Order: sequence, then C-alpha cells, then structure tokens
Amino acid sequence: MALKLEHVAKRVGADAHIHDTTLSLEPGSFNILLGSTLAGKTSLMQLMAGIQAPSSGSVWFKGKNVTGVPVQKRNVSMVYQQFINYPNYSVFDNIASPLRVAGLSKSEIDAKVGRVAELLRLTPMLRRRPNELSGGQQQRTAIARALVKDSGVILLDEPLANLDYKLREELRDELPKLFAGRDAIVVYATTEPVEALLFGGNTATLHEGRVTQFGPTPEVYRRPMDLVTARVFSDPPINTAEIVKEGSEIVLPGDIRWPAGAAARPIADGKYTIGVRPHHIVPFAQHGAGAALEGRVLVTELSGSESIIHFNRDGKTWVSQSHGIHPFDVGSLATFHVDVDRILFFGGQGELIS
Amino acid sequence: MKRWTALVPTFYIVFLLLPIYWLLNMSFKTTNEILGGFSLYPHEFTFANYMTIFNDPTWYMGYVNSLSYVVINTALSVTVALPAAYAFSRYRFLGDKHLFFWLLSNRMAPPAVFALPFFQLYSAVGLFDTPIAVALAHTLFNIPLAVWILEGFMSGVPKELDETAYVDGHSFWSFFLKIFLPTIAAGIGVACFFCFMFSWVELLLAKTLTAVDAKPIAATMTRTASTSGYELGLLAAAGSLTLIPGAVVIYFVRNYIAKGFALGRV
Repeated sequence: MALKLEHVAKRVGADAHIHDTTLSLEPGSFNILLGSTLAGKTSLMQLMAGIQAPSSGSVWFKGKNVTGVPVQKRNVSMVYQQFINYPNYSVFDNIASPLRVAGLSKSEIDAKVGRVAELLRLTPMLRRRPNELSGGQQQRTAIARALVKDSGVILLDEPLANLDYKLREELRDELPKLFAGRDAIVVYATTEPVEALLFGGNTATLHEGRVTQFGPTPEVYRRPMDLVTARVFSDPPINTAEIVKEGSEIVLPGDIRWPAGAAARPIADGKYTIGVRPHHIVPFAQHGAGAALEGRVLVTELSGSESIIHFNRDGKTWVSQSHGIHPFDVGSLATFHVDVDRILFFGGQGELIS
Repeated sequence: MKRWTALVPTFYIVFLLLPIYWLLNMSFKTTNEILGGFSLYPHEFTFANYMTIFNDPTWYMGYVNSLSYVVINTALSVTVALPAAYAFSRYRFLGDKHLFFWLLSNRMAPPAVFALPFFQLYSAVGLFDTPIAVALAHTLFNIPLAVWILEGFMSGVPKELDETAYVDGHSFWSFFLKIFLPTIAAGIGVACFFCFMFSWVELLLAKTLTAVDAKPIAATMTRTASTSGYELGLLAAAGSLTLIPGAVVIYFVRNYIAKGFALGRV
C-alpha cells in the first residue's frame, strides 16, 4: 500500500534537482517535506505524483512499479501554493472535475461534491466562479478538488503560504481533521519548521535536492542526524560554533569556557561543532546548569509574546529566542544564559555525535 | 479657468472626428452638391449612394471579397498560432528565444517585398485572384502577431493549472480545449481583433493578388474615378461602410484590449 521511491534522482541538463533518494511513505500517514525555497520540495512532489519522470530510479505504489505511468493514471491529488482553480468553471464544476473525467454518474457526483463542500464550508459558494471568492475560499476549493476523489496520494505544496495569518491558522487546524480516517498518503511541503512541529507526523528534511533525514517529526527535531538537518529544522537559525572539549569544559573561540553539559560528558576530548537552538539562549538566569554569554545587542525583534535578540560576541553573531518581552537597547551589553545540557555536538563531517 | 481646461479634450475629439463627419456628410450628398460648394450638412439629403452600392455587384462584391479573406485569414492565423504560442510559453527547446524573435521580425519587412514572389507563386499554383490567396498572404504577418499576443496571455496562466488538470485526469487535449482555451478567451479575442484589423486595412498584397473575382473593397474604391467623372458621393458612402466592420469587432473586444496592453504585447 505504501508509496516507495527507490534511488530516485532527477537531473535537468547538468543540474541535479533531486539527488539519489530512497523514501517509503505509509498509507494514512502525514508526511512533511521541510526545506527552504529551491531545496527540491516541489521537484520531489512532482516525482511522487508522476508529473515528472525520474532520470533514474523507480517509484512504487501499492507494490506496483509506476515509474513510467503518467499522472492521469496515478490517482493522486495535488494542491499548490498559488490558488489553482479552473477560472471558467463554477466552484461546483471545479470540485466535480476529477469525478467527471472518471465518468461517475450525476447523482454520485452531486453526492460527493455536496459532502466535501460541506466539509470545507463551500456550500453557499458552489455556483460562484473562483475569482469571486476570497483567497481562503479559493484554496478551500482546490483542497476540496483534491479530496473529492479517493486518491492514494495527496500532495500539498505549501498550501498555506499565500494565505494571510488568520486564515492560515484556521486552515492549519482543519487540515489534519480532513485527512483523519483516510488511508491516503498525505505529503505536505513547507518552509516553516514551526508548521512541521505543529502537524507532527513524519518529517523529511530537504537541503539542496537531498533528503537529509526522514523520521517522526519530534525525533528529527530533537536528534537531527547532522548539522545540515539541524539548520533546516530551526527557525530562527540554529547557532553554531567551533569548540574544543577539554575535560569538564568546552572552550569557544575567544577563550569562552562553558561547563560541559549532559550531552558533552560522554564524548572524547577534541574539536567539535556545536549547535545551540535559539530558545536555549535566553536573556535571564534559569535554574539548573547554565553558562553565561555576554554580547552586544545588534537587533531586537519583539513580537507579542516573544523576543528574538541578535547579539555579537567576538565578531560572531548569536541569536536568542525567549518568551516574554525583553527590550534591550541596540548597542548595549547584555548577558545571556545558555542551557548547556541541550547543546548538540557534531563531528568533522557534520554528523551528530551527541 | 475650469471651463478652458474642458475645452482642450473637446477640441481634440472634434478634431479627430471631423474627417469622419465629413465622410458621412459627403456620403449623404449628391456629387453635384459636393462639387458645388461648401456646405456643413447635406442640403439635398439622399440615400442614392448607398442604394447604388447595395445594388451593384461590382461594389458590394468588394465587401464580400474583403470580408471573406479577412475571416479566413483570422481563423487560420489564430488556429495555427494557438499551439505555437503554447509551445513557446510552456516548453524550453533549442533556439526557442531566437525563433520567437525571428517570428516577430517577419513583421518588419514591408509587404511590398513579398508582393512579387507571392504574385508569381500564386499564379503558378492557380490561386491567383481568390480570397484564399490573400488570406494566405496575410498570414505572413498575422501568425507572428497572433503568436506574440497569445504567448503573453498564456504565460500569464501558471503552469500549475496544466498540472492540476493532468492530476485530475484530463488528457492534454481535454485540458487544452475545455480548460485552457476558455481561460485565455480574452487573449484569443484580442489576437482575432488584431488579425482582423491588419488584414482589413492591408491593401498592397490584397490588390496585387487579385484582379476581378476577388477584388477587395479598398481596391474598388481607388478605381472609381470612372467614365461618368468623379463619383465622390459614392466613394464617401463606400468609405463609410468600410468603417463598420472594424467598429463592430472592436466593440466586442474593447474590454480585453486594455488587458493586452497591460501585458505589453499589443
């Protein structure tokens, strides 16, 4: 029943859009493709859907090799970032389109479209044209069209990115409910780590056309296999530094000495790259083991409930993220507290050590 | 002060419409009155000029001929241009940009350059003096124009629409005819309008490639300093009638032309 990609790669001319990738997605699962723009999320989805054929490797669905099968025969659905609907069709006809092509009877079509329209609260708009609807309703129409046929794979390519904040939150809450109870494989591409964490499920992190890690979302977040994955799965960007571990201390450039935390104790002395998530550096003292880091404030971004502070120490920029409002004057000196137990240690190849 | 500013556009519009008024004015006069002296409106109002045109085949066949080659040309140009424009807007292929520019450069040569080869070619294959000859000759500059206009409109449609249709199960032709063409209906309207207009006003090729049977109306009009002297009233009536098809066509596409300009393709 699963969708399997086996050593799939996509090259266009001399450029490799997708490097050798092997993935197996289970029915009924919610899978997130996380990566920045141009990381290859859309390319990978096109390979999964069959819109593009891979340059090498094979795609398997329900135990059958579907590598060369055109998208029309794949039984997949797709929703794009842009609100893609047929402008000359009414909302009803838009949703009914895949059913009409499949040759269903009129009564079946009416029933199915009615049901899915009710689910997405589109019933009052069925007679209207897509361009008469709001952005949120247009995207609901596109989602309805993706849900109305019982496709085995539902691909959502940043479906919420073009919506304003309020609508995005609303639809983000609804999405998992829409897929609950279906045995379809849902693939959801996003650039936002927060969105991946909110949805849970499985996450595949993508970087420059490569899947760097695939696994349950919290695990990928907590134990990134390498530095690249940690960078992809962190917003604001993860702080990194070259350090030397010396016994019970770690030494940062500029001879900053921190006590080795829980993660550092079992590893051998030597050179490492550390990753410190921004919310593990806060501008107030915490209970438990901590290390201090003094720096000159460069930028403070204060949202309603959160402070993101960029500061400079010995020519290196650090980012701190904390709850509450912590206003600092730009240029002032401030002391930040680092949760040393949560530091990630990476080896020379960028692999996670501890 | 305010009244003066309103006068500027008024003066401009009057200035523009004056020749058209004068043409209509003349068409309702007798030739004697036209030659007799200056009069701002027809003193002896007459439909005789129009009656002559509608009753004399050498006159009204001019309209029939012109309209038939213009319609054939418009249908042909747009039909051929649609798949070409789709290819230019959706696919990257070897030399696509050069080819696209070369298409446009076809419009840079004066039609006179092609008059002789066309004349010889069509005479040789027996197409001379048929509306088809003129229609084919006019595709030379109308197909590039239509491709250029349609490509602009098609590129305004995201390629994700194509993909969505395929994902829904549509075949290429089902998508192209049922979804894509209605989506760019405005562009097709604009392309039709420009093909129609350029073919309608083009005189040199139309005149060179016809003799008697397929003579266009504009050629008929230039001929009529006839045996009975200058029939100015008749010519004015013919001219007035010639304005009508263009006006009718532009009425239908008036809302889309602006969109075409906005795309920078018209």
